[in-house]
Amino acid sequence: MSDMVLMKGNEAIAEAAIKAGCRHYFGYPITPQTEVAAYMAKRMPKIGGTFLQAESKVAAINMVIGVASTGKRVMTSSSSPGISLKSEGISYLAGCDLPALIVNVQRGGPGLGGIQPSQSDYWQAVKGGSHGDFRNIVLAPASVQEMASLTVKGFELADKYRMVSMILADGTMGQMMEPVSLDLESTYTAEKPWAVTGTKGGRQHNIVNSLFLQPEELEKKVFERYERYALVEKNEVMYEEYLMDDAEISVVAFGITSRVAKNAINVAREKGMKVGLIRPITLWPFPKDVLLKAADKCKAFISVEMNMGQMIEDVELAIKCRKPVYLCSRTGGMIPSPEEVLAKIEEVNEKEA
Amino acid sequence: MAVVFQKPKSLTDAVLHYCPGCTHGIIHRLVAEVIDELGIEGKTIGVAPVGCSVMAYNYFTVDFVQAAHGRAPAVATGVKRSDPENIVFTYQGDGDLAAIGTAETVHAAARRENITVIFVNNAIYGMTGGQMAPTTLPGQVTQTSPYGRDTASVGFPVKVCEMLQNVDGAAYLERVAVNNVKNIRNAKKAIKKAFQNQIDGKGFSLVEVLSTCPTNWGMSPEKALTWLEDNMIPYYPLGVYKDITAEEEAE
Amino acid sequence: MATVNMLFAGFGGQGILFAGKFLAYKGLIEGKQVSWLPSYGPEMRGGTANCSVILSDTPIGSPIVDKPDVLIAMNLPSLDKYENAVVPGGKIFVDSTLIGRKVERTDVEVYYVPASGLANEKNLRTLANMIITGKVISAVPEIGSDNLEAALNKVISARHQDMLGYNLDALKLGAQQ
Repeated sequence: MSDMVLMKGNEAIAEAAIKAGCRHYFGYPITPQTEVAAYMAKRMPKIGGTFLQAESKVAAINMVIGVASTGKRVMTSSSSPGISLKSEGISYLAGCDLPALIVNVQRGGPGLGGIQPSQSDYWQAVKGGSHGDFRNIVLAPASVQEMASLTVKGFELADKYRMVSMILADGTMGQMMEPVSLDLESTYTAEKPWAVTGTKGGRQHNIVNSLFLQPEELEKKVFERYERYALVEKNEVMYEEYLMDDAEISVVAFGITSRVAKNAINVAREKGMKVGLIRPITLWPFPKDVLLKAADKCKAFISVEMNMGQMIEDVELAIKCRKPVYLCSRTGGMIPSPEEVLAKIEEVNEKEA
Repeated sequence: MAVVFQKPKSLTDAVLHYCPGCTHGIIHRLVAEVIDELGIEGKTIGVAPVGCSVMAYNYFTVDFVQAAHGRAPAVATGVKRSDPENIVFTYQGDGDLAAIGTAETVHAAARRENITVIFVNNAIYGMTGGQMAPTTLPGQVTQTSPYGRDTASVGFPVKVCEMLQNVDGAAYLERVAVNNVKNIRNAKKAIKKAFQNQIDGKGFSLVEVLSTCPTNWGMSPEKALTWLEDNMIPYYPLGVYKDITAEEEAE
Repeated sequence: MATVNMLFAGFGGQGILFAGKFLAYKGLIEGKQVSWLPSYGPEMRGGTANCSVILSDTPIGSPIVDKPDVLIAMNLPSLDKYENAVVPGGKIFVDSTLIGRKVERTDVEVYYVPASGLANEKNLRTLANMIITGKVISAVPEIGSDNLEAALNKVISARHQDMLGYNLDALKLGAQQ
C-alpha cells in the first residue's frame, strides 16, 4: 500500500495525463471539474508543459485542436454546459481525424442546470454529441483508480484510432478521494506522419482539414472512419461483471451508480435474490455482446442511471428487446440510494417471478 | 536569359479559386514572398479560416490546419504552444475575425500570443454570397442590408486595429490596402514585419489588409479598386496603430 | 471491523473536510479500504459543509454516506438534518459549545464534547474539529488510535508543519473528554 496516495478523482485524471505524456492542457473554470485545471496550473510549468486558461470553453477546445494537429498528446476538461460549448470542436476533431482526450465531469442539466452529479450527458457523449457522422470513444470510470488508469488508456486509444476519447465522469467521481496508485505509464506510441510540424523542406505539406466539398470524397472519408470505428467495436469493449454467474436479474449501471447498485445487489443477495451487475466501462463501444448473452439466462434487466433513462435504450438495443428492461433513476443532481435500487430489484423480482 | 519575375516558392501550382479581380491572390502572393524571403517555409504552419480563403491550405506549400469559423487564433495558439520554434500565421476574413471570432482575436492579442495574423477586410461576407459583415460600411448595400447598412438598427462597423490598439498585449497593428502598387508595396512591408516580429519573439502582430470583392460589391474589378480608395480608406485609415518595437526604440 | 460509515457535518471553515481527510489517510496507512466524499459548491463558503468517510475491510460500494454509523455534528443545522439518518445503535458526536439542544434519539450513543469551547480555552483555536475527532477515535474502537502522527503528516501541508503538535494535542484533549 506504500505507493497508494489519497487523491480526488479530478486530480488523479490530471496526474495520470501527465504520466501519459500529455504536456498541453487548455481549460476554463467550471464546477465540479475545476481541480483538473488547478492541478495542471501547478504542475505544467514545472515540467515544461503548457497550462492555459482560455477565454472560453470554445477557445480551449480549439487550442486542443491546434496541439493535436501537431501530433502531441493534449487534453481539455469541463462539465456539462462546457462540453456543449466544446461540441463544435469535438466535431472538427472527428472530421480532421485528430486524437485528443476530453473529460466531462457531469452535472445536472439541461441549461445551466445544477452543479450536483449527474449522468444526463450520456446521449451527448455516446451518440457523438455534435454535427456529422462520427463516434467518440467514451470511458466511464467508477473509482478514482479508474479515473487515472482510463485517462492513460484514453490517450492511447485516441492515438491508436485517431479519435476523441472522452472520460465521462460525474461530480461524485471528480470530488471523491480514494487511494490511488499513480504507478502508471503509457507504453503505446503512434506514428503521426500526418501531423503539421513544418515541412522542414523535406516533404509535401501536411493539411489537417475537415472540408471536403465533393460528396464522393466526403463519403469515402466517412467510410474510412467507420472502418476504424468497427475495429474499436471489435477490439476495445471493456466491462465488469459482478455476481453474474447465476444471475436472473441483471442490473446495468456505470460510474457512480454502479457502486450504489453493488451495495443494493449485496443486500438483495443476502435476501436470496439472484441479482448481478454488468458495468459498461466503455459506453461506446457499448458491451452489446455480453448483454445479449445475459439475455439468454436473465429474466429481466434494470438500468440504473442518473438521468431520465438514456442508457436504457442502448440496453434494449443490445438485448434486441428480448427481455424486459426496467429503469431505476434519479435526475437533476440526485443520486439514487441503495434502498431505491434494492426496492426496484425486489419489485422486478416479484413481477418477473 | 535572366528570370525577373516568378511564382514564389511557397505557393503551390494549384489554380486559385478566387473570383476574377479579387485581391486575395495578391495577398496570398505577398505572404508567400515574405515566407520565401525570410527562409521560413520549412517551419511555417498556416491556419485557414472559414470564408473565401477557407482553402488557403491548397495554395501554400507550408503545413496547414483548417480551423472552425472564427477559431483560427485559438487553433494557432495550440500549434504555436506545441512548438514555439515554428512560425504560425492565421489568414482570416472580416466575418471570421471580427464577428464570430472576436473573442479569440482579442484574447490572442491580450496574451501577446506570438503569432502573425493576416486579416483581410473587404467589408462583406464573400463565400456565402454577399451578406453584411461586421466591417460593412454605414449605408453599404448587401444581401442582408438591402436598403444600406442602417446604423440605427444594426449598429456600426468594427474597426479592428483601433479596437486592438487598446489591448496591452498587442505588439504590432497596421492597416494597409492592396488597391494600387504603392499600397501593395507597403502591405508587403507590413506583412514582412509581422512575420519578423514573430521570429524575434515580439508577440501578436496583425496586419489588416483592405481588400476588394468585385463580385459581391457588384462592380468591375477596376471600379472596386476605386471604391476601396474612396469609401473604405476614409473610414478605415491606413497606418501603424501600434508597434511596441518602435515604442521601445523611442524610449 | 467490517465497515464504518462516518458523516462529518458543520459550517464551512470548521475543518470538517480536513478532519475527514485525516481519518481517511489514517485508514489508508493501515491498509484499509477508504473513501472520502465532500459536499461541494457554493454551500462550502460560509454555509454547511459535510463529508462522507468510509473505512472498510472490504471494497467500498457507494462512497455516499446517507445512513451513518457515526455522525459528527459541529453545528445545529447539521444535527437537525442528520440526527434521524443515523443507524440504530450508531454514535452521534455533538459539539456542545455550539449546539444547545440534546439529541432526541434514544437508540443511539451520544457524546457531548464542548469542542469549540475547549479550543478557545486551551489556545487550540481552529482545532475544535480535531478535539471532537479525538473523542471519535477513543469512542469508536473500530477506528483505532494508532498512526495518528503519520496520518497528520499526510494531511498537514509542508507550509503548516508547525501545526502538527497542536493537532496532536487537540486529538489527545478530545480523547480525554
